[in-house]
Amino acid sequence: MGRQTPLYQEHLALHAKIVDFAGWDMPIHYGSQVEEHHQVRRDAGMFDVSHMTIVDLHGAQVRAFLQYLIANNVDKLKQNQALYTCMLNAQGGVIDDLIVYFMDEQWFRIVVNAATREKDMAWINTQAAAYNITVTERPELAMIAVQGPNARERVYGVLAGVNDALREQAAQLKPFYAAHAGDIFIGRTGYTGEDGFEILLPGKDAAAMWRALLGQGVKPIGLGARDTLRLEAGMNLYGTDMDETISPLECGLEWTVAWEPAARNFIGRDALEKQKAQGVTRKLVGLVLEDKGVLRNHQKVIVEGVGADAGSGEITSGSFAPTLGLAIALARVPTATGARVAVDIRGTLHPARVVKPPFVRNGKSLI
Amino acid sequence: MSNIPKHLKYTKTHEWVDVQKDGTVTMGITDHAQDLLGDVVFIDVPQAGRTLKAGEACAVVESVKAASDIYSPIAGDVIEANPALTGQPELVNKDAYGKAWMLRLKPSNPAELNNLLDAKSYETFIASETH
Repeated sequence: MGRQTPLYQEHLALHAKIVDFAGWDMPIHYGSQVEEHHQVRRDAGMFDVSHMTIVDLHGAQVRAFLQYLIANNVDKLKQNQALYTCMLNAQGGVIDDLIVYFMDEQWFRIVVNAATREKDMAWINTQAAAYNITVTERPELAMIAVQGPNARERVYGVLAGVNDALREQAAQLKPFYAAHAGDIFIGRTGYTGEDGFEILLPGKDAAAMWRALLGQGVKPIGLGARDTLRLEAGMNLYGTDMDETISPLECGLEWTVAWEPAARNFIGRDALEKQKAQGVTRKLVGLVLEDKGVLRNHQKVIVEGVGADAGSGEITSGSFAPTLGLAIALARVPTATGARVAVDIRGTLHPARVVKPPFVRNGKSLI
Repeated sequence: MSNIPKHLKYTKTHEWVDVQKDGTVTMGITDHAQDLLGDVVFIDVPQAGRTLKAGEACAVVESVKAASDIYSPIAGDVIEANPALTGQPELVNKDAYGKAWMLRLKPSNPAELNNLLDAKSYETFIASETH
């Protein structure tokens, strides 16, 4: 038996199929992954993501610390705004991707992946030693992501009359901003390509919030649909689309690297500059399968006309895309790859079109 | 609890077999198999006329989770593959023993049918596999 979130009994009551995820007993689906996927694209669904690691950074030097720790630049942020970024090693490889929220000059909150918790915490604590800050994990907090075109309305419905101050603040939130009142923290963020909120609250209050959301018609969604939703949204999954041997320049995340100001010295900067100067040899692209079938992780991608040794790539995330009704993938391929490739599916080659992710945004196909 | 109709025969690789009066057999995958697979999104079945060996991988069922080979329960010729599965692979989840039949086969050696499991043996087998 693995670790359980404060919502574990709720999942059992909803007949979830439970699987191990990074040492946690998590719901993979509650019946049909495809139906859950559609529920989020068309209405509103909620995910228990309490297994994710929430870390508060406090202190006078917290801004300076983050300027050094992560590849994106917290100076871009207004108060209460969130930023997506990579945390790199000295070689420019991705230790993890994370969201950082700028709450006030003495307090930034970060959310990192569950599967990378131990190495992330070790790295952050090591780097923090030279700064006057405190690093505090918040395992007592639960996290519920409510996503979909009707997600925000449903959350307002839950807060109305219960926490009107937060309801008022939440209603004013622009995308990628957060608010907090009392014990509850709400960010207009997510991992599905839909509008919605991520709600962080004490674990002891999580089941009541979950049930209130159910009462508003929000359906529970498992990690299976979370994966197909994020893939359609063209969002990378750590450990699958990138890892410590891959730089942001090789996984479609150069947009998260803040090169300016040039004087900002962040971990991995030298390695990234060197890589950029030498020329990046691989890139992450979207693929759409033109035949019937399903693209899967680790299938080989054959690229014609870019040189014999460079002429292949690999699917890093592949699946059936329920919104589109066809197979899509993220694939790492040679930089010179053009508009078409072939994918080796169990020994036969199938044509695929190269596209720029995302595949779906706000319920609409972009391909 | 899986649905395991009494009148069918089964394999340890989770196919079901229905022996018809004319000696042909219809096959598909079991309710237990579709439950393990999750939502089925694509099915690749062999063409009519192909000759299969017993235990030969003859079809592929792709769910949102993974691709799984389907094995021919007996040796025989493919008479027909279910044309409905191309457009509606989800039938496998909805009606595994009915509308989601996969192949009709003409057995080359009908005696092989005696090697298959009955419903009770299949039930015991899946219980032993899951515990």
